[in-house]
This record gives sequence, C-alpha cells and structure tokens, in this order.
Amino acid sequence: MTPAFVPVRGPFGAGALPRLWSGRAWAFMGAAAIVLFVLVPVCNLAVPAGNVFHVSDYTVALVGKIMCYAIVALAMDLIWGYTGILSLGHGLFFALGGYAMGMYLMRSIGHEGVYQSDLPDFMVFLDWKAYPWYWTFTEHFWYCALLVVLVPGVLAFVFGFFAFRSRIKGVYFSIITQALTYAFMLLFFRNNTGFGGNNGFTDFKRILGFTIAAPQTRVALFMLTGAALIGFLFLGRAIVSSKLGRVLTAIRDAETRVMFSGYDPVYFKLFIWTLSAVICGIAGALYVPQVGIINPSEMSPANSIEIAIWTAVGGRGTLIGPVIGAVTVNLGKSWFTQALPEYWLYVLGLLFILVTLYLPRGIAGLWLRRPS
Amino acid sequence: MMNLAVYAEQQAAKKEPITSKSTGISDGRVLTPGVDTSHGGILYLDSVSVSFDGFKALNDLTLVVDAGELRCVIGPNGAGKTTMMDVITGKTRPDSGTAFFGQTIDLTRLSEPEIADIGIGRKFQKPTVFTDHTVFENLELARKADKHVWPTLTAKLDSTARDRIAAILDTIHLAAESKRPAGLLSHGQKQWLEIGMLLMQEPQLLLLDEPVAGMTDDETMRSAELFESLAGDYTLIVVEHDMDFVARIADRVTVLHEGRVLAEGSMQHVQQNEEVIEVFLGR
Repeated sequence: MTPAFVPVRGPFGAGALPRLWSGRAWAFMGAAAIVLFVLVPVCNLAVPAGNVFHVSDYTVALVGKIMCYAIVALAMDLIWGYTGILSLGHGLFFALGGYAMGMYLMRSIGHEGVYQSDLPDFMVFLDWKAYPWYWTFTEHFWYCALLVVLVPGVLAFVFGFFAFRSRIKGVYFSIITQALTYAFMLLFFRNNTGFGGNNGFTDFKRILGFTIAAPQTRVALFMLTGAALIGFLFLGRAIVSSKLGRVLTAIRDAETRVMFSGYDPVYFKLFIWTLSAVICGIAGALYVPQVGIINPSEMSPANSIEIAIWTAVGGRGTLIGPVIGAVTVNLGKSWFTQALPEYWLYVLGLLFILVTLYLPRGIAGLWLRRPS
Repeated sequence: MMNLAVYAEQQAAKKEPITSKSTGISDGRVLTPGVDTSHGGILYLDSVSVSFDGFKALNDLTLVVDAGELRCVIGPNGAGKTTMMDVITGKTRPDSGTAFFGQTIDLTRLSEPEIADIGIGRKFQKPTVFTDHTVFENLELARKADKHVWPTLTAKLDSTARDRIAAILDTIHLAAESKRPAGLLSHGQKQWLEIGMLLMQEPQLLLLDEPVAGMTDDETMRSAELFESLAGDYTLIVVEHDMDFVARIADRVTVLHEGRVLAEGSMQHVQQNEEVIEVFLGR
C-alpha cells in the first residue's frame, strides 16, 4: 500500500526526486475542499435547523477556530519539524496578528459602543480624548491587513536575526521565545499600552461593512480560513520539497556540515522563522473575527506550549500531521472542557507523554513511512 | 557576503605577501581561480597561537603547504591537529599569528561558510552527513552553487549537475546506494560520502581529519588510491593515526607536538628524527 502523504519533494527541486503526494492524498485534499466550500456552507445556511443535515452555527464557529489552530501548527512544523528549532513563543505571533485585525474591528464598531463615543470603550474608560499615534490609519482594512503580516514578521525577523547570529540554539532558544511571549503578555495586560488591557478587544459589530454575527459573514470567514489552510499546506509543501527545504532539514540534522558546505544557516533559519511567524499572524487575524475576542491570555506561555503539543501529537516534519494534531487535540479539548473540565490538563499532559513514548512520529507516523 | 575579488585586492594592497618558506616540492604552479597560488603555496600559517584557558593548543605554529601537495599531519593526541583545522576553517580564531589561503585571502577574517565558499573543504573526525537525506541529496546539497537563501529556494537540478553527482557517486563507490538515506550507510561509507560531498564543493584545499578511521583494509586501500588520484588537482591535508596509511600516501609529513611543528619532510626523514622518536615512543 502506498502511503498517502509521503514526506514530500518536488516542484522547485524540479523532479530532483519527484516524490509528490500520492493519488490518495490528492483525493483527500479534494474531499476536504468539497466539505469546506460546499457541504458546510450549504448545510449551515440552506438546510433549516432541526434537519438531520443541518450544521449548527456553533459547529461552524468551532471548526473555523480549529482551522486557525491548524494553520499555526503547520507554521510550527516548518520551524520545529523541518528545521529543528523549537519555538515556545508562537502564540505571540498569532496574538499579534489577532490584535492587528482587532484594531480594525474596534474601529469598525463606530458609535455603537456602550459610551457611544468615537473611541473604543476602553479608551473612554481611561479618559483618553484621542487615539494614540499607533492607532493611526487602523480604520482602514488594508492597513490593518498589512499590520497582520508586518508586525509578527518584523518582530520575528529582528528577534531571529540576533538570536540566530548569536548561535542561540536548542533549549536556550525555546526558553528565550517563551520569555518573549511572556514579556509581551505583561505589556498587553497594562491598560496604558492602549490595547484594552486584560479585556483586550471584543464586542465587534462588523467587518468590511458586513454584520459580523450574520450567518453569511461567519460562513464566509469559515471558507476563507479553509482556503488559507489549504493554501498554506501547498506553500509548505513547495518549500519543504525545494532545495531550501532540504537545507533546512540538513540544518536540523548536522548544522556544522551545512556551514562547512558553504551555506550560512543564519539566513536560512531567519527565512523560515519569519515566514512561520507571518503565517501565525494571518491565522490570528482569521481567528479574531470568528471567536469575537482577543486578549493577552493568547500570549500566555501555556498557549505556546500547547501549539508545540499539537505539532508533536500530529507528527513533526510531515505538514499534514500537525494539522491532524491540532484538530484532534482541540476537538478533544472542546469535548473535555464541557464534559469533564477539571481533567483536561491531565489528559493533555498524558497524551503528550504517550505520544512521545509510543508514537515519536505522531499520529501521521501511523501510516507514513520514512523516506527510503 | 563580501565580494571576494574586491576583498582580495584590498588585502593585497594592504599587506606584503608572506614569502614561501617551503623548500618547494612542487615546482609547477597550479593555476586556480579565486585563490592566488603564484608563489607555489596554497596555505600559509604563520606563528599561529591558540590557547584555551591557559592551555596552548597551538604554540607559534608555522606551516606552509604547496598547491597540489598531499600533506600528512601526524602527532600524538593533543598535539593541536584538530585545532589547526579549526583555525584554517574559521571555527577558531587565532590569538596571534596569521592564516592565509594563497597569497591574498586572510582566513582569520572570514566566516565558516565564506571559507567553504572560497574553496576549503573539511571532513570531520566523526563522519558528518545529513542522515535523513539520501546519498544523492547529500551530494546535491554540497554541490558548488550560489548558496544564498533565494537561489537555493528556486534552484533546479540540471543535467550537468546530475552528471557531476553521478561521477562523484562512482568515485566514492556509492552509486548503488544513491537513494538510501545516509543514516543507513556503514561507517566507512559515511566517510566516503563526506569526502564525496567535499569534492562536490569543488574545493582547492581539502582537510581530512582521520579519513580512514573505521574503514576495512579494503576500503582503506581504495581510499589511498582515491587520495593519490586527487593530489595534484587538489591540495590535501590529511590528519591520520594509521602510520602505514600515511607512509603509503604522503608526499611530505608534518609532525606536530604540543602545538608546534616538531619535524617536517618525507616519511623516512621524520621517522629518523630523534625528537620524533622520543615523542612517539616515549624514550
């Protein structure tokens, strides 16, 4: 039996070793696309509530949210699974993308806040009379969309440049990224930072003129998220199957040999690290309008660790694995936190230990063979 | 990365070239692009000292290697052989002294990837290959090319490159293994793969740290043939403990002891040197 998702090689490498996704993998992707773009929208919007085939708004919101997590796990796989750099701060980039989108959504509330002011409620509460300078232009969607990419991207680039140039590696790098997200969380908790303090942004009314709570808007956001997920899967596949992808894996396995082969690992790490952060930012921007809130708890160290768990559970270095991991763990989480809320963390911890011990290549490792 | 041609000119203008102290085995000069070997020498270490926490790993080491030579470096443990390679490849910076590649390129001012790029390849004592990649991919990654991020992302493997890889696969006797992950090779095969990767880089100078350690007699013999065939086109510096192997392949032997050169010359010559006998046999 040929495995569905053979670790991929291909397009940029121009058939150096053309090991593409098998037919089954393509069939799976096609089926996923039909479910995301046809079945779910139709069953949610057209099929009346009460019908067996009706998909509830709750389900649409839940799956949409989980797809955002899956994008983050995919980004994590590029930097951890393929390049061997464990980031424990990816929640920060996700949250920053979310905040950038949140700024636009706050501006779009208009006068419909509790205080019916030009300013968001939290600024009125602080007795501010005008927007701080860094809120300039945030009423424009295009500008906030730019911030979604630039803020995580520039932060990751600058941080990564100094960290990689100083040859900070392994657990030291992980700890620093953890500290980074923690520092930002504390910063965003302050009311005076100008991002709503511990309440963050919420009570959004509309996006691009559409009512944010309308079923059609929600389904549109859902489909957009699905498209982003599939798009990033293809992007990831193109990257890891290029020569650059092979250099990344080589850095993971023997960095000194990479250096003595004439590649400067700093810039390769920086490339994939920054790209990974940008992907997280975009996921955050899709997440916020769907869940309707962003606050500093998204930057908590535990959140970033959870991202690493999704990736490990799904299977590092497989692209599709982390997506499966994010979906599995989060479906489990949403069931457990309703049924047995106090046990969820134990289950998560146990899952992580069991996967590490018995499934070192994750869920995807169950059917993926090693490239040979 | 600095433009090396410009850099070389600046250096040439600034600095008087060190004249060759070599007694000169090779009279003919090997004309090589990039590195200026017009005085016959390809590597000049002059009074290099390196110390770690007071321990002098290299103590005023002076060594000149001619282009096209096959030089063996021997010496007891701790003599400074690996540190010397670290200095040449940019891994360790000397506390004092100079290291020049050809007449013009100051190795102490370049990073490891830059040094690899100008034509110095290094094989480690412990074979270091990309274990998850196939033998073919290992060679593909090592191949001389523009190794910046963007060209690497869009790189395509043309037929010239494939031919080159196929040729090297034959040279290192791994053609049958080309699709196997390198991690599954035997120790000796990994050694060869690493040598093959160096050859893919098209270097001028190869530094080989114990290249036949762990090889069978048969493999060792084939390695000797390989190195002998490479000498002339390439310059090789081989660090090795296997004296029979050294005696077989070396043009010249340098004996290191306590971070400096104890003796230098033909194998016969150094074997008769009183000091060398003392160091090796402990008399």
